[in-house]
Amino acid sequence: MSKNLSINGKSYTIDVQDDMPLLWAIRDIVGLTGTKFGCGVSQCGACSVLIDGTLTKSCSMPVSYAFGKEIFTIEGSSPNLEFLREAWNEGNVPQCGYCQSGQLIAATSLLDATENPTDKDIDAAMSSNICRCGTYTRIKKAIHKAVALKNESI
Amino acid sequence: MSKIQQINRRDFVKLFGLATGGIILGCNISSDSKDFIPQIEGTFAPNLFVQIQKDGNIILMASRSEMGQGIRTSLASAIADELEADWKFITVQQATGNAKYGNQNTDGSRSVRTLLAPMRKMGATAKAMLITAASKKWKVSEADCFAENHFVINKNTSEKIFFGDLVEEAAKLTIPDDATIQLKKVEDFKYIGKTLKSVDLKAFTHGTATYGIDVRIPNMKFAAIARCPVTFGSVKSFNANAAEKTPGVEKVFQLDRLVPPTGSFFGALGGVAVIANNTWAAFQGKESLEIEWNYGENHSFDSEKFKQTLTNRIKEKGKLVPGSTGKVDDAFEEAAKTVEAIYHVPFLVHAPMEVPNATAWFQKNKIEVWAPVQDPQTARAELAHFFEIPLENITVNVTFLGGGFGRKSKSDFVVEAVALSKKIKAPVQVVWTREDDIQHSFYHATSAQYLKGSLDTNGQVTGWLQRVAFPSIVSSFKPLSEYASGFELNQGFTNNPYNISNFSLENAKAEANLRIGWMRSVVHIHSGFGNNSFVDELAFAAKKDAVQFHLDLIGADRVIEGRSEFPYDSKRMKAVLKNTAKVSNWGKTIPENHGLGVAIHYSFYSYVATIVEVSVINEKVKVENVWTTIDCGLALNKDNIKNQLEGAAIFGMSLALYGKISVKEGAVEQHNYYDYEMTRMKDAPKIHVDIIEAMHERPTGVGEPGVPVMAPAICNAIFNATGKRIRSLPLVDFGLV
Repeated sequence: MSKNLSINGKSYTIDVQDDMPLLWAIRDIVGLTGTKFGCGVSQCGACSVLIDGTLTKSCSMPVSYAFGKEIFTIEGSSPNLEFLREAWNEGNVPQCGYCQSGQLIAATSLLDATENPTDKDIDAAMSSNICRCGTYTRIKKAIHKAVALKNESI
Repeated sequence: MSKIQQINRRDFVKLFGLATGGIILGCNISSDSKDFIPQIEGTFAPNLFVQIQKDGNIILMASRSEMGQGIRTSLASAIADELEADWKFITVQQATGNAKYGNQNTDGSRSVRTLLAPMRKMGATAKAMLITAASKKWKVSEADCFAENHFVINKNTSEKIFFGDLVEEAAKLTIPDDATIQLKKVEDFKYIGKTLKSVDLKAFTHGTATYGIDVRIPNMKFAAIARCPVTFGSVKSFNANAAEKTPGVEKVFQLDRLVPPTGSFFGALGGVAVIANNTWAAFQGKESLEIEWNYGENHSFDSEKFKQTLTNRIKEKGKLVPGSTGKVDDAFEEAAKTVEAIYHVPFLVHAPMEVPNATAWFQKNKIEVWAPVQDPQTARAELAHFFEIPLENITVNVTFLGGGFGRKSKSDFVVEAVALSKKIKAPVQVVWTREDDIQHSFYHATSAQYLKGSLDTNGQVTGWLQRVAFPSIVSSFKPLSEYASGFELNQGFTNNPYNISNFSLENAKAEANLRIGWMRSVVHIHSGFGNNSFVDELAFAAKKDAVQFHLDLIGADRVIEGRSEFPYDSKRMKAVLKNTAKVSNWGKTIPENHGLGVAIHYSFYSYVATIVEVSVINEKVKVENVWTTIDCGLALNKDNIKNQLEGAAIFGMSLALYGKISVKEGAVEQHNYYDYEMTRMKDAPKIHVDIIEAMHERPTGVGEPGVPVMAPAICNAIFNATGKRIRSLPLVDFGLV
């Protein structure tokens, strides 16, 4: 049966099993591939999305949970995500880039909730996301930088 | 010497008549001699291209895989610099797997080492042609013109012409004579040696970079394969009823193992394949298969027992390895003190964030593949072999790699995709689950080492005996290779950076019961751990400062030629160590429960020294600080080098703290990131990277040399903090994390 999935403000009509993880519905059915598969068991954060603003590992959330809710992915745009993107650029953060979709979504969720995160806040918010290339130092710096950019813009 | 001098005029070509109306320069480069691709005499195939279009855009055809090491950016910077191009006009395209692009194998930290000189030369040649074109227009001599920031400028009138507007004229010119091409002086570099941002940043931060797993072809299918838990086991029988009933599953069938011919290629493991219309259905179908396996001869393999076997073997005399010198037995006899120790490294796996995957379309007499591969040419040759398709009918499109670390230079997953596509007569993407990746990899070998050293009354090292045993990578190509090979022992064992007059290296037997492969920094992980841990033990026994002890052991200034085209220079080794000691304030008081540990290593022709500060509180280790200095010769892109070294510190930390693949009844016991853990943000130390100014030296490796120092520096720091010596990795086995 067809259902509507709303991603980044756009509605997609899809026909899937209710128990298909949201990740695969986004990637294989809707066709937005910016959200990544890393582990399939909520361990690495590569699949991070926001559902009604809440940070969610889409690999472990059935698509049915997201019907009628608003999904935000790396293909989307929000003020905090844009500050983060700018900071990511400035800090030349990514190496292979694969995990960075999830890192940016997790960081967006952090900034949405916390105006001026401390190092400890960042550690707590970002430790569900693995970067095998090891860009943690730069991610942390870039999150602080994004906050600074945001404060400058006000 | 560098290849610059060896590229003669014959090796440059110019190609016209492109749809875009620009000019293309192509040059021929050959990589390291061992990778040299033979060319038929009298023919010339350019394999590196730079295209300048009428709109001023410059496109570089990159022949190396991008897997996070920033190579696309680094190579582009070399061309842009010599060309006096404006960075914003530079784009990089990925070359497909094709012999015309030269050796594309991306490993051994070799890309910059081998490509820098030809790239610079190409940029300089293009610039010369643009200048000639402008000088003709102005009817002045070439000496009256210079190029700057994408314009050619008339010195006398200050008139300027945009590069793009000169393309048409420049295309008519013959290539200038090699002897007239002048490369820039180091002091004049604009991009080389500076900080440049990745050319791929925008794609990375918007989720638009296409990795292998993101490839979408019309009407493609998705596949998962159940592989035997025991290496090289086969399917006895299977029941696909439940799998076939899984919504989305279309076909289930057995896939036979493809055995590689002796000496080359990787083959494919085989198993039971599930074809579906989405990835999740394929995974689900695979989960519900009931399979009975023939486990085969690796069924009895047990990694704990194997560790004991290797340990017993290194206690006995092994095969003496060439390069041993002096008489260690005499040295031990006459010693004031001798020290002995045994070290272990477990099997390790790469676990790149993007799992192995490949998309293939087999059509009649033609194969096209899209895959995240480090070595597209081997993949291509392998496909030609297994599927009996002419090489020229096989295209391997290289996507972005979501991490490689050596895993993605083995093309088994590409072979699988093609086998599936051939069978179902449709394009198909095979995706490994994380569990597949952890349990069916080409593993970094486990090792055991025995070390014995002697000290004289002054605390100087007089003798060094090292016995090593680890399964050889060669076993993946020649099944009965039961001793580590020469090229492996030359990774830090035969060529350690020390000057010891009595030195013996012995090699002990180690058979392979898993597929063995290379992982970031390869055998240097073993040699770096054994050497540096043992030097620390000797320093302690000699009651000497560990940094000074290392410096004494490196010895007087000396240059060793002949081992490779890059001589080893002990002065550079000492310089990186002195710098690291200085910036880390080595020797100063540190907080209670903290400890400092040092390690040095020479790998991929680069010199690295690292000092780690740990705290150990309630028997839990936290890595607080990492100071690393690298001398990698000419530093092409400093920020990228820093990023690589920061990443290497984390990679090295992950393996030291958590890395362990164990095997019971032939099957890998770990599954996913929950039991093969990684360093995370909360554990990440402060990392301080220094790059030695060596702009007049040739560039050497960057991606790997930061890894081997980490485990020993951490363990030495733990000893410094607690007096507890860790000789067997990982730390998690001792409850320390």
